[in-house]
Amino acid sequence: MSDIALSPGTRRPLVARYPALAVFMIVLALFTIGVTILSEGFGIGVISTSFVKTLGKTLCLCLVALAMDLVWGYCGILSLGHMAFFGIGGYAIGMWLMYARTEIIVTESLAAAPLPPTPQEISDGIAAQIFGVVGASEFPPIWAVAHSLPLQLLAAVLVPGLIALVFGWLAFRSRVTGVYLSILTQAMTLALALYLFQNDSGLRGNNGLSGLQNLPGLDHVAQSTVSLWFFWASALALALGYLLCTWIVSGKFGSVIRAIRDDEARVRFLGYPVEAYKLFVFTVTAVIAAIGGVLYYPQAGIVNPAEIAPIASIYLAVWVAIGGRGRLYGAVIGAALVSLLSTWFTGGQAPDIDLGFYTIRWVDWWTIALGLSFVAVTLFAPKGIGGLVDLVTERKSPQRHGADLGPDPGALREKEADE
Amino acid sequence: MSRHFLAICLLATLLGGALPALAQDADAPIQTLLQEHGEAIAESSRRTIGPAIDALTDSGLPAAQRVLERWQAKEMWRNEETGLFVFAEEIDRDTLRIFDVAGEAEIGVVPDDGYDQLKPNSGIRGMIGAALVRFQLTDPDPAVRATALEAIGRDPEAAHLNTLRKALADEPDAALAERMARQERLLTIQYGESEAERIEAIEHFAGDLGVDVRAALNPLIATRLEVAETVPEGPEVARVLEPGSEALSREAAHALLVDEGLSAPPLSRDRKRDVLVANIEGGMVGGIEVASLSTDAARDTAYAALVAQGVAQPAATEQEIDAALDAHVFFERYIGAPPAVAAAAAAVLTGIENSVMVNQAADLVLDAISLGSIYFLAAIGLAITFGVMGVINMAHGEFIMMGAYTGFVVQQFVPDHTVSILLAIPLAFAVTFAAGVAMERLVIRWLYHRPLETLLATFGVSIALQQLAKNIFGTQARPLTAPGWLDGSLVFNDIVSISYIRIAIFVLALLFLAVFLLVMNRTRLGLEVRAVTQNPAMAGSMGINPDRINMLTFGFGSGIAGIAGVAIGLYAKVTSEMGSDYIVQSFMTVVVGGVGNIWGTLLGAGMIGGLQKMIEWLNPSNTLAAQTYMILFIILFIQFRPRGIIALKGRAAEA
Repeated sequence: MSDIALSPGTRRPLVARYPALAVFMIVLALFTIGVTILSEGFGIGVISTSFVKTLGKTLCLCLVALAMDLVWGYCGILSLGHMAFFGIGGYAIGMWLMYARTEIIVTESLAAAPLPPTPQEISDGIAAQIFGVVGASEFPPIWAVAHSLPLQLLAAVLVPGLIALVFGWLAFRSRVTGVYLSILTQAMTLALALYLFQNDSGLRGNNGLSGLQNLPGLDHVAQSTVSLWFFWASALALALGYLLCTWIVSGKFGSVIRAIRDDEARVRFLGYPVEAYKLFVFTVTAVIAAIGGVLYYPQAGIVNPAEIAPIASIYLAVWVAIGGRGRLYGAVIGAALVSLLSTWFTGGQAPDIDLGFYTIRWVDWWTIALGLSFVAVTLFAPKGIGGLVDLVTERKSPQRHGADLGPDPGALREKEADE
Repeated sequence: MSRHFLAICLLATLLGGALPALAQDADAPIQTLLQEHGEAIAESSRRTIGPAIDALTDSGLPAAQRVLERWQAKEMWRNEETGLFVFAEEIDRDTLRIFDVAGEAEIGVVPDDGYDQLKPNSGIRGMIGAALVRFQLTDPDPAVRATALEAIGRDPEAAHLNTLRKALADEPDAALAERMARQERLLTIQYGESEAERIEAIEHFAGDLGVDVRAALNPLIATRLEVAETVPEGPEVARVLEPGSEALSREAAHALLVDEGLSAPPLSRDRKRDVLVANIEGGMVGGIEVASLSTDAARDTAYAALVAQGVAQPAATEQEIDAALDAHVFFERYIGAPPAVAAAAAAVLTGIENSVMVNQAADLVLDAISLGSIYFLAAIGLAITFGVMGVINMAHGEFIMMGAYTGFVVQQFVPDHTVSILLAIPLAFAVTFAAGVAMERLVIRWLYHRPLETLLATFGVSIALQQLAKNIFGTQARPLTAPGWLDGSLVFNDIVSISYIRIAIFVLALLFLAVFLLVMNRTRLGLEVRAVTQNPAMAGSMGINPDRINMLTFGFGSGIAGIAGVAIGLYAKVTSEMGSDYIVQSFMTVVVGGVGNIWGTLLGAGMIGGLQKMIEWLNPSNTLAAQTYMILFIILFIQFRPRGIIALKGRAAEA
């Protein structure tokens, strides 16, 4: 197989080389169709609208988990900041949603005034509405393009991309690697969250942006319909994201980033610009994460600084690790499974276990169970849930002749190199 | 004789009959004195009461103080018939128990029909209070005198000045006399009769940092912004202001002109809209359709049309505003005190402000050291597990929390705070040592060559421990009370002070540093730890058991985190999330300082603490911003010194 990979002319199509891609696409399509048929908006109404939203949000989390897998599982950069990019995406779309909705309300209320309102009066009215909670009444410069959906969407992609680019450039350039990089990204996330927590950050402090589930001008459309729109959009984004990630990890580029993960110094000595590769992956995944956030927060309805706190990014790493890093479907499985289970257990729906002398209430004990199972996965099943697939496909561990293949036995380097 | 009377009264009362209240000493000196001023007292008018109070105060009678006190408390009544004064307690609505003003012997229980209550109004009560202070100031008990002096300081009045001066002349206690003299000067500043006297008192306070001095001086230099064609000559002008400068914005200056009627108001957007709305006629304003007034330009045109019609007032144009501003001068006039006094106060205040700045800088340094020692305390355990062993322990913060909760639990069983803290420290070490060893055995030792996975696994432990603490202790903050001898602060002056808890934390930090150095450099364990860290295989072949050493080292680092938890718990509240508040900063401290070097950690903690306090000082309202900029600074700092302040060199750096 390796000779095929080395000669681009005789390359087989992506789907043929990555059967998981086809399987994933089919499963995702079936899932989407199934949810649509069972939904309240377009189907027989078995699944409630709020659960459709939960599923849509889960798809967005799967997307950001894909990004995390690409940057950590394939490139070896344990970033504890990708949920921050996710949150920035949410803030960016939230600014437009809030602005546009408030604009409609303010215009309606000013229509009753004796004089037709000037643009300045409308803008002042919107600002007073939005920033009343933090005691301000003027638009901070950060809201300059909030009136325009295309510009704000552009910002949703550009701002996280630029932050990732600058941060990554600074960090990779000075050869900050491994755990140091993780701590540094965590610090970046903390700084961002603390900044957003301030009232004078211009983004409503710890109130965050709210009411995002209401699309401006679409009040007449039922939430059951809107939820499905977002569900489809999330599914599409996930499909495209999966395709993009598969394409990135295939071919020579993928081999190089896997090589960087396994032995950065050796790749550098071979003449590859390691920093550029890492920077590219870091930035692209930041943008993917931000797109996930753009789709997630209108379904969640509210974005606030707590969502950006470092803990969220660490949970992201937990999902990917449980799902199995170094394989894209693993990230998706992990994110979907753990986030849905978390919703189920912490939502109070899981039945309590009565031990006679003590009742285990899952609301209290789920986090402990998650933490411990995470330790267990790290220790005993470094391949994560994705490793189960190997049992089915009878994919054996690569023949290592007893040699240690570097710092990360969780990933199947030789096999991956074959593909 | 009166005793006989009393006996009869008592007997009568016992028999159940209420005798008319005549059984009192009508000739006692105090009663006589009261009778002399009887009418004035009964009339209770602020204008005429002065001599009566003075007479009481100056009489030197021992009963005078009691009379004043009870009069002030509305407990003095007057017999309508005889005009004699008595003290009385109301038993119910209609009955009184009355006492003689001289000696306070009970006279009997009488219906209140024959008695008038004296109800001094608040003004008179104030005068009585001022007179009473005199008694308290000359009280034989120094504690009472000191209390009276404090009362004056809290609520100074002009009437206190003379009282204080009299009391000061007789004060036997030197320390108290000094405080009295200071208070006397403060009162002189405010109420002194001559300017020279006040200025002298003011100048006496040059360089004094007391808050009370500034509180007394500040009202004196109060000014009012005024406007005139030319600056008036004379000392009452504090300073001349230029419109458009920092002290006086152009808008504020013009608003003053408008208030004085010296210029037309500028056309604000709101006023323009109101005028236009007021002049809508049949859908038109000034010849323009209302519907088209949705831009500022259109509104300006409409307004101009209204002005041309003479309906609206012309607004001041920019040129007119400029001209008006140029034609006038703005200055501040002293209104708080005569100019000479105000100038003296201003000069002294400037001097005081300067020394306040210096002292604030000193206070800032103390704060920074204190914050730095807290960071150091939180990070020192990490300096061992991360710095020496290279293990990323995300549950380090939770070990801090465990130590703090251990302290809390101990305090539930041992009520004495001193004993409980002394007990809590070794116990916290034991608990977290055990937890650390358990974690090392169960989790970390399998992951020594996979640092990223160590990070994740310990993070799993961290969230589990955090939730466990929440389940056991609840989400509310638990107090960890410091022993009494750590209450209060070491006060250098009114500005520079530091609480004893912070000093204790600082001392503890130094102690930990010493323990760390001692263990690492002077003990067998330290030697073995260093050997294992550098080369486990080689150390193993020298007869050291690396497993055991790793376990002990990790336990040692975790145990120190537990003790730090007790200290941090004393200073902040104990919550399940207290660990996560410190974890990022702790890692930053170790990384900035330079991994593997305790002196680096010390420098790192000092630098982070100092910088954070400095940023907070620049922007005092916002500690969140300070933390944000702090972290950004650290990220940039690592760019320039990726291996920290003190970078390991040579073979040690490879380990």
